[in-house]
Amino acid sequence: MDDGILQIRELSIRLPAWADRAQAVSDFSLTLRSNEIVCVVGESGSGKTIMARSIMGLLPPHVQVTAGEILFEDENLLLASAARMRAIRSRRISMVFQEPRAALNPVKTIESQIGEVLRSHSNLSARERRARILAMMKSVQLRDAQRLLELYPHQVSGGQAQRAMIAMALIMEPSVLIADEPTTSLDVTTQSQILTLIRDIQSSRHMGVLFITHDFGVVAEIADRVAVMQNGRLVEFGDAKQILDSPRHPYTQSLIAAVPTLVPKTRVRGEGAARVLTIANLSKSYHTVQAAKQINLSIARGEVLGLIGESGSGKSTLARCITRLIEPDAGSVLLDGVDFTRLSHSALRAHRRRIQMVFQDPFGSLDPRQTVRQLITEGPIAHGVTRAEATARMHALLDVVGLDPTAAARYPHEFSGGQRQRIAIARALALEPEVLIADEPVSALDVSVQAQVLRLFAEIRDRLDVAMLFITHDLRVAAQVCDNIAVMHLGEIVEYGPVARLYAEPQHPYTRELLSAVPGKDWHPEVFATGSPP
Amino acid sequence: MSTSAVPAVAPPSATLEFWKRFARNRAAVLGLAILTTVAIVAIVGPLVSPQSPFKLVGSPFVPPFNRFPLGTDMLGRNELTELIYGARTSLVIGLLATFFATLLGVLLGGFAGYYGGKLGELLMRFTEVFQTIPSFIFAIVIVAILSPSIKTVILAIAVVSWPPMARLVRGEVQALRNREFIQACILTGLCDFRVIFMHVLPNCLSSIVVTGSLMVATAILTESSLSFLGLSDPNVMSWGFMVGAARDFLQQAWWLCAIPGIAIALTVLAINLVGDGLNDALNPRLRHL
Amino acid sequence: MGIAAARTRYILRRLSQVLPMIFVIVSLDFLLVHAAPGNPAQVLAGEAGSATPQYMALLNHEFGLDKPFYIQYLDYVKNVFSLNLGYSFRDGMPVLQLILQRLPATLILMGATIFISIVGGILLGLLAAQRPNSLRDNAISTFALLSYATPLFWIGLMLIVAFSLNLRWFPSSGMQNVAEFYTGWKAVADIAHHLVLPAITLSSFYMALYVRLMRSSVLEHRLMDYVVAARSKGLTEPAITFGHILRNACLPVVTMAGVQVGNLLGGSVVVEAVFGWPGIGQLAFHALFARNLNLLLGIFFIAACLVIAVNLLVDVLYTFLDPRIELR
Repeated sequence: MDDGILQIRELSIRLPAWADRAQAVSDFSLTLRSNEIVCVVGESGSGKTIMARSIMGLLPPHVQVTAGEILFEDENLLLASAARMRAIRSRRISMVFQEPRAALNPVKTIESQIGEVLRSHSNLSARERRARILAMMKSVQLRDAQRLLELYPHQVSGGQAQRAMIAMALIMEPSVLIADEPTTSLDVTTQSQILTLIRDIQSSRHMGVLFITHDFGVVAEIADRVAVMQNGRLVEFGDAKQILDSPRHPYTQSLIAAVPTLVPKTRVRGEGAARVLTIANLSKSYHTVQAAKQINLSIARGEVLGLIGESGSGKSTLARCITRLIEPDAGSVLLDGVDFTRLSHSALRAHRRRIQMVFQDPFGSLDPRQTVRQLITEGPIAHGVTRAEATARMHALLDVVGLDPTAAARYPHEFSGGQRQRIAIARALALEPEVLIADEPVSALDVSVQAQVLRLFAEIRDRLDVAMLFITHDLRVAAQVCDNIAVMHLGEIVEYGPVARLYAEPQHPYTRELLSAVPGKDWHPEVFATGSPP
Repeated sequence: MSTSAVPAVAPPSATLEFWKRFARNRAAVLGLAILTTVAIVAIVGPLVSPQSPFKLVGSPFVPPFNRFPLGTDMLGRNELTELIYGARTSLVIGLLATFFATLLGVLLGGFAGYYGGKLGELLMRFTEVFQTIPSFIFAIVIVAILSPSIKTVILAIAVVSWPPMARLVRGEVQALRNREFIQACILTGLCDFRVIFMHVLPNCLSSIVVTGSLMVATAILTESSLSFLGLSDPNVMSWGFMVGAARDFLQQAWWLCAIPGIAIALTVLAINLVGDGLNDALNPRLRHL
Repeated sequence: MGIAAARTRYILRRLSQVLPMIFVIVSLDFLLVHAAPGNPAQVLAGEAGSATPQYMALLNHEFGLDKPFYIQYLDYVKNVFSLNLGYSFRDGMPVLQLILQRLPATLILMGATIFISIVGGILLGLLAAQRPNSLRDNAISTFALLSYATPLFWIGLMLIVAFSLNLRWFPSSGMQNVAEFYTGWKAVADIAHHLVLPAITLSSFYMALYVRLMRSSVLEHRLMDYVVAARSKGLTEPAITFGHILRNACLPVVTMAGVQVGNLLGGSVVVEAVFGWPGIGQLAFHALFARNLNLLLGIFFIAACLVIAVNLLVDVLYTFLDPRIELR
């Protein structure tokens, strides 16, 4: 089957009337050969997940295929009976999903869920099933398999759950695996392990793997061939190396250009700027877990300090302790000499405007019932600024963040994710803070939008004198705006240094692990003549 | 710096959108129609037939559609007049009891949800006790001890209805408190009062409205059960009372029980339909059906 | 620590939370006695005039009504906790005994109702959600909506009119046929025969509630990733519905059933009054009639204790159903 074990031909899928666009997928064609990994890359709304689910007949109600064929070993799956599809699922084609713990039944043990596949597709006895399950868990490198089998999904980590899902998907030895963003919700170190696992399994079993992702780094790490999707259409399809190094389609070029490089952009800064924020021995624990242990950090005026950590590192706790959204257990936060943590409640309100925050979720950080004008001017007015002055500030800031003046009268739901982050930034800056904390401000954005917002942060860094604490888990993102980096792991700062030095010569083993886990770290995309992203 | 273009057409106002969504739900519109009719009957009816519903107008057990549109009851009172005055009683008690219960529930729940801590826990334990107490029996006890009258019935229903509202509001407020836009408001330095009344509560409003509307339905059902058992204001006509009084005469005049019961069911049904419609219109989720 | 040990600790913890609750209820009782118009002794004696002066003097002494307020309070609490709920002059026996005599009938009615409403609610809700907006779904949903809106007493009365007075299939009142003295299985069958109409009446409201809840729960779960994943494993639709969706979707129904127990007891007052079912609900109805407030308060207290006991049972049951509940 050189043409491909899985051939999608001119597939079109339509969405129901109330959706925001008419077609999920239009005229899409792709082939997957029996011994390769094809990555399907696209931003949100590209239709890649719906396309993946249509292969296995898992479309939600009211989403329908209107044209095209899906040929698996020359059989059109779209015409297959329900019984035939059931026989194919798991035995010939399998799927793993994005959120492993959401894709597992919360009230059943891991063993019963993996065993279910064997029970419906084979005649093995209970003992034989158990043996097969244990063997499979070994091959996905799940340690402590005996104990894990008895556990429920909420009791295992994300990485363990994903491995269990992969074991479940491969236990009947299918020839095709469809992986729908399987590493997106995992930590970068865990992601790296799962990517290696999938690549090893693919090559040892000679499987065809269709890997859906939005991350070009992942593509660089594992893909043999790449398909790029935009608004439901196939934009480019071909050899991975060729597309990554010299993409032909303008959209692909712009996407690749938007991927932040791992090479830090250092800038020349004047020395001797005053330390505006000094954190000393800050600690916070919840029940028995110590989220932050004796943190010591300081940021100078005009400096951007990157705080890098994975989930569970304590970085969000630290941010909330600094702003006193939660109270730290011990330690101090000195803001230009004033101890933020010792201020009384009423004094705190007056000083609050000096530290502002931009949050991760653009959809949750703006009050849906307020206009942009109200959002941006409410803060300054509460601090005694006149309405006229506050409005003037608002107009100036809308210009700084690149939004039209007509935005002032509109409501948050009328804007896209990237625009909402701009509004959030404008709101924070309206109070003329001395310190700006950005807590994963671009993690929820598509890569092309991400690039724009990062450029905005860089501009703010250059034009205004504000000190910034930039929190992220993404080393590429941190390389774009940060001057210094602090790496946080399990509540402690394990390494600190200027960004260029830290990336080039990491000292701490954890930092080294983080850097080596970045997918596609050996790929260096060139900047293209077309230059600016969309 | 590139300017992101923003759509030039002004979107329709939020209230208009809301009514359009509501109107799409035919059952809700039907419910609203029924409810409006009942309300009109309750307000205008007593003006049109001003004589007391307790007045004897003819011989007992006259069947409907003869001299009197709905006949007479076991003492010879006009069934239709009783029905009209009963509508007023049900709506007044339902609305007032719900109003007080909502007020108490929102205050308690809002405070407990926003501030949390020991006081919040205590308030929630307090609410839990009231929720554990069998509510209808508690209402019976209150009305029985304090002597049945409109005031005591309203008090009793309000006292047993507030816990679910308090729990709901507390849950919503607690969740909202951790939402990022509320945290941003706190960071701005707004005082607690402004955060709660200008940001938190307005965003709970739709849940409060929907729960409140369903509470009116429950209040009417409770009032009718209380008056069925004989615990209504003796000077005021009530639908439940009508059914209770006619109970012993099921054999000869079963319609005397049926008619007021249908009135209660229709009113409660209408309120439920409107409540569901409000829910769909205020919280438009992805319709997956 | 083993699951069984953790569960036992959880039960003990919940029991310890129960005590303050009972305390509050007793205090409420006390306050209500004193909120009633007239002399508290009159309240406790029942209707004024039928108690002899000696009895009143006895009450005054026993309940310390001539002593200061806080001593009265302590005495009252002591009495309740030693299960002395007073004496019903009219019925000629202690309140507690009177209540306990009638309790089994109410428990039978409640048990049957809980069973019918939960099982019926889950099954009908599931059936309705299988094909949303189909004829089946619309029929079930409309039926649920109507049952939810109709007062219990009316349903009971109309059922009597239809099935007792006209069709003569079921008796219209009582729990047993007093003329015959059935024993053994015949007695059980007789009780069951009398149980049908009251149980259907009381279940109507709650079953409607659970049907609606189950239906929306199933629809919600249908779209969740774990169901799509189960389908991707090649399972048949029945296997997905019963092996995956059912156990997750019915959890809110179980929770709601626990919350509704207090309501259920209240509903049984009305249903027992309509059907003359000899339980504590009917006892409360008679107490109302006779203005026997002492008895009424005693019933209120026992009912509250019953609700607490059932809530505890539901909580424990829930820990078996949902492994995510932390047995801390």
